[in-house]
Amino acid sequence: DISSQLLFFLTPFLVFVLDKVFCSSFSVSKFLQISVTMASRGVVLLDFWPSMFGMRIRIALAEKGIPYEYREEDLGSRNKSPLLLKMNPVHKKTPVLIHHGNPVCESLIAVQYIDEVWKDKSPLLPSDSYHRAQARFWADFVDKKIYDGGRKVCSSKGEDQEAAKTEFIESLKLLEGQLGDKPYFAGETFGYVDVALVPFYSWFYAYETCGNFSIEAECPKLIAWAKRCLEKESVAKSLPDKHKVYDFVLHHYT
Amino acid sequence: THTHTKTENKVHVIIYTTEVDYSFCRFDCNMGEVKVIGSRKSQFCTRVEWALKLKGVAYEYLEEDLRNKSPLLLKFNPVHKKVPVLLHDGEPIVESLVILEYIDEKWKENPLLPQEPYERAMARCWAKFVDEKCVFGAWDACRAEGEEEKEKAIGSAQESIAFLEKQIEGKIFFGGEQIGFLDLVVGWIPLWLGVMEEAGGMKLLEAEKFPCLHEWAQNFIKIPLIKECLPPREELANYFQASLSYLRSLAANKP
Repeated sequence: DISSQLLFFLTPFLVFVLDKVFCSSFSVSKFLQISVTMASRGVVLLDFWPSMFGMRIRIALAEKGIPYEYREEDLGSRNKSPLLLKMNPVHKKTPVLIHHGNPVCESLIAVQYIDEVWKDKSPLLPSDSYHRAQARFWADFVDKKIYDGGRKVCSSKGEDQEAAKTEFIESLKLLEGQLGDKPYFAGETFGYVDVALVPFYSWFYAYETCGNFSIEAECPKLIAWAKRCLEKESVAKSLPDKHKVYDFVLHHYT
Repeated sequence: THTHTKTENKVHVIIYTTEVDYSFCRFDCNMGEVKVIGSRKSQFCTRVEWALKLKGVAYEYLEEDLRNKSPLLLKFNPVHKKVPVLLHDGEPIVESLVILEYIDEKWKENPLLPQEPYERAMARCWAKFVDEKCVFGAWDACRAEGEEEKEKAIGSAQESIAFLEKQIEGKIFFGGEQIGFLDLVVGWIPLWLGVMEEAGGMKLLEAEKFPCLHEWAQNFIKIPLIKECLPPREELANYFQASLSYLRSLAANKP
């Protein structure tokens, strides 16, 4: 209807103005919550465009066909928005999935939440408990090894960088071994571990350029898997351009 | 020890402030053979035992010497080479939080995680926070030397604990009326935090600052099935002292 459409379009402007004028008053935060919820019919993603963690949630929402409002949080500006501080007071980080005004922080937890709430379409976690445990383990492995591993490759030099590259490739090879000859990590269907890992593919070009090495040469099957995932619309539209990511890395990591 | 019985298994648990009846019947439904590879000094292993006991699951415990890892551990956790490892009919599951969720899904008695998706997400979020911030924050405060560094580390650790205080306010357990997922994850606080505080010469869980969490800790540790899985305090204290001395000597020997 017209009034909710109007509110949808006016909301960002109103939020911007009230943000600036009233900063952190209670009434503004309540208004923010209500307007944000109404505008997107319940789902908002507070995100930062190069974040692999944010990409995971974008992919999961797209897989399930859930419309949502994407709100960019400029983490580079060091001025965290009142909404972020309210929704994630503990870590003050993105991404944050907000559903009916309730925040879910931590990307893998948000992806599991999405899978449980919208359970009738494109299930991401396997149905069998043992395979679910395996999926959770490997997603946790990606969190523990790939993010820090890649970051070290970009930000270190000389001997340290060589060591970082070796460790990073080792971790990728472990994942490649886990994939084996299957099209996706869980088998025939795209799932949880794919969602956890594929966002890092948008950073591979940056890692390779910073470290002067080729991931494809070391892990060809993994690259083939990533390209297979990119054939899916949910993945293709959720990952940023690799050159844009590399530019970002140049400005922030090196 | 591992038993398959065809008779009822009943366990009564009474805590001092509220009577909570954990009696349940467990008939052997041929749910398979369960083993835990662990170290009794590790709170990550103890929480797995608590979960199995809460569910009435019989299991065999295999104590691991972490300074001399067994071929069994290396076989079943080749990636991280760490405890705990749950073996169910010979299939390994690793990472304590992953194990807890697996146990919760496989055995339905005394559910650990809430049913509602948002509450489940919150429990998982807080569990991650505890494991990543609280545990290491406390250990950092324990290890810190020098008055300024110590004070800073204590402040930081207490900031994390303050979040937990808020979560337990007005509740008997983190899981509500009964022990839940988060209680098992925070369960290191009564014993392990106490030992860390002694070893590090500091107080983190001050009763006046964190009255609800303090009370929860006192009650939790008195529950028989919780208490019976705890390592002897002295053994744990010696282990922490030894670790601290080792780390400090390493630091002293650095150029």
